[in-house]
Amino acid sequence: MDPNVLSSYLPLYVQAFLLTVKIGWIGIIIALLIGVIVAFIIHFNVPVLKPIAKAYVELFRNTPLLVQLFFIYFGLPKIGITVSAEVCGAVGLGLLGGSYMAESFRSGLDAVPVSQSESALALGMSKAQLFGNVILPQAFSISTPAIVANVIFLLKETSVFSAISLMDLMFTAKDLIGLYYNTTECLVLLVVFYIVMLVPVSILGSVLEKKTRYKMFGV
Amino acid sequence: MGFDVLFKGTNFIRLLAGLGVALKISLISVAISIPLGIVLGMIMTTKNVVVKAITRLYLEIVRIMPQMVLLFIVFFGATRALGINLSAESASIIVFSFWGTAEMSDLVRGALTGIPVIQYESSFALGLSPLQTYLYVIIPQIVRRMIPLSINLITRMIKTTSLVMMIGIVEVLKVGQQIIEANRKSSPNAAFGVFATVFLLYFLACYPISCLSKYLEKKWEN
Amino acid sequence: MSEILSVKNLSKRFDDLTVLDNIDLSVKEGEVVVIVGPSGCGKSTFLRCLNGLEDIQDGEIILDGENISHDKKTLQKNREKIGMVFQSYDLFPHKTILDNVTLAPIKVKKRNKKEVEEEALVLLERVGLLSKKDNYPRQLSGGQKQRVAIVRALIMQPKVLLLDEITAALDPEMVHEVLDVVLSLAKEGRTMLIVTHEMQFARAVADRVVFIDGGKIVEEGTPDEFFDNPKTDRLKKFLQTFSYNK
Repeated sequence: MDPNVLSSYLPLYVQAFLLTVKIGWIGIIIALLIGVIVAFIIHFNVPVLKPIAKAYVELFRNTPLLVQLFFIYFGLPKIGITVSAEVCGAVGLGLLGGSYMAESFRSGLDAVPVSQSESALALGMSKAQLFGNVILPQAFSISTPAIVANVIFLLKETSVFSAISLMDLMFTAKDLIGLYYNTTECLVLLVVFYIVMLVPVSILGSVLEKKTRYKMFGV
Repeated sequence: MGFDVLFKGTNFIRLLAGLGVALKISLISVAISIPLGIVLGMIMTTKNVVVKAITRLYLEIVRIMPQMVLLFIVFFGATRALGINLSAESASIIVFSFWGTAEMSDLVRGALTGIPVIQYESSFALGLSPLQTYLYVIIPQIVRRMIPLSINLITRMIKTTSLVMMIGIVEVLKVGQQIIEANRKSSPNAAFGVFATVFLLYFLACYPISCLSKYLEKKWEN
Repeated sequence: MSEILSVKNLSKRFDDLTVLDNIDLSVKEGEVVVIVGPSGCGKSTFLRCLNGLEDIQDGEIILDGENISHDKKTLQKNREKIGMVFQSYDLFPHKTILDNVTLAPIKVKKRNKKEVEEEALVLLERVGLLSKKDNYPRQLSGGQKQRVAIVRALIMQPKVLLLDEITAALDPEMVHEVLDVVLSLAKEGRTMLIVTHEMQFARAVADRVVFIDGGKIVEEGTPDEFFDNPKTDRLKKFLQTFSYNK
C-alpha cells in the first residue's frame, strides 16, 4: 500500500464523505418526518388517508432503494418531473426511510398499554393531553431501538447513490479504481470512511437505546 | 408513457428472467446461510473469549459495512489481492452468504440462549450426548422461532440483489436499462414505464413473502 | 346526607350479551358502598360505565344533580368528579411518583404547580410514601404503586371515588397496607364505590354491601345483615364459597 497514493486520494474521499453524509442525513430527517405523520395516520385510523398510508408503507418497504432511485431519476423526467441527483438521493432515501420509520413508530404507539389511556382518561385528561403527556413519550421510548436500527440502515443505503452518478464514496472509489487501478488503496479508504460514518452513529445509538430502556423499564 | 415497450418481443420475459437471477442468488445464499448460521450460532454460545471476540468482530463488520462495499471488496479486491478471477455471480453469492450467515448466527445464538439450561440438563440426565441433544431437543425448538425472521431475511436479500447490477450482473434492473437503451428512438419515454414495472416486479416478489412472514409470526405468537 | 350519585335503570349490552340489566343504585354523600359478586357478573363494567369508559344503552346516571349519562362532551369534565383506581394501578412509567400525582391537576384543572406539589407531598406522606416522591414506578412494590394510584385519584378532589378490585393483583402481604388507606378514607367521610373480593375488608369498610350476579342487583344491605343473614339463596351460595368447613 502506497501512502502517497492514500494521501493524494484522501481529499477526494473527504469531499465524497461530506456529500454522502449531507444527503444521507437530509434523507433521514425527511424519513423521520414522513414516518411520524404516516404512523399517526395509521394509528388513528384517519379515513381516506389510512389506506393510502398503508399502501405507501408496503410499496416502499418491499422495493429496493436502487429501483426507487432509478424510477425517480430516470423515469419521472419522462412525465415532466426532473430532479437533480442530490434531490433524488435525499427524496428517495426519505421515501424509503419513511416507510420503515412509520412501521417503527406505529409499533411503538401500539405497544403502549390501553390501561395507560384508561388511567389518564379516568383522571379527566383530554385526548390531546393523554396523547401528548402519556402516550407519545412512551411510544418514542419504546420505538427507539427500531429507529436507531433504521438510521443505521439508511446510512448504509447511501452506498447506492453512486448509481445515479452522485459523487459519493462508492462513486469515488469506483472511479479511482477504474482510472488508476490502485484497488487496495481505494478499497481501504472506502472502508475507513464508512467506518467513520457509521461507527459513531452506532455507538451513540446504543447509548440512546440504553438510556431510554432504563428510563422506561429500569433495566 | 413508455409502457408499450414492455409488450415488444421478449422484453417482458427478459425482465422476468432478470428477476429470476435475483431470486436465484438470494435462494442460494439463504440455503448456504442457514446451515452455516446454525453452526456458527452454536459456536457463539461458547465462553471462550477469543472465539467470542472474533465472532463479535465478524458480526460488527456485517452490521457496519454496506453490502455494496462488501461486493466491491470481494469482486474487485479478490482479483487484485488474491489473483482469483471471480465471476460477478460468485462474488455476490459469497457476499450475500457472508451477510446471511452473520444474521442467521446472531438469530440462532439469541434463540439458543433463550432456551432454559434445564432443557440441556434433563436431556443429559436421560443419557443423550451433546450432539443428540442439539439435534433432537434443542434445534427443533429454535427452528420455529427462526422461520419468520429467516423469511424476513430472504425478502431483504431479494431487494439487495438489485445492487449486483453494479458489478455487471444482468438482473432485472440491468435488463430494464438495456430495454430502454435499445428502444431509445422508438420509445423515448420508456424509462418511466420500464422502471415503474421493475418497481412493481420487486414489490410483487417481496410483498407476498413478507405477508407470509407476518402471518406465521401471528400464528405462532404463543 | 344528600344523595350524590343516582343510577336508574342502567343497562349495558355487548352485542347480544346483556352485561348489566336495569341496575338501580343510590349513593349518599359520605357513604361507602361495596359491590361483591362472582367473577364476570358485571361489577367492574358497572364502575366503568359510571365514569364513561364504557357507554350504556339504557338508563340514567345522575351525579350531584347533573345527568351525565350520555353526554360525551361533558364526559371529560365529569371525570374530574369521579375518580377511579384500577386493579392494574397503571402509573405512568416515564414519570416520577411526584409527577404522576401532579400531572392531572396541573394539566386538567390548570392549577398552580407549586400549590399542587405541596398538596401532593402532604397526601404522599399520608400514605407513607413521601420518601419515594422522586422514584420511578418501576422502583416501587405493587402495594406502594397502588397507594400512589389512590393519591393520584384523590388529588383531583373527586366527589365519588371508584375502586375496582384494587388489591386483586397484589401479593397477599401488600393487601393490608392498601386497604388501610381505604379505611382511613372511609373514616374521613369519602364517598366510595368499591368492588372487591376481600370479604373481611368489605365488612369493615362498608356502610352498605351490594351483591350483583348475572348483571342484576340480587341483594343489598348493611354489612351485618348481608354477611350474617343473607336472604337470597344465591347470596348464601356465594358467601359459602368464601368459607371452609373443617
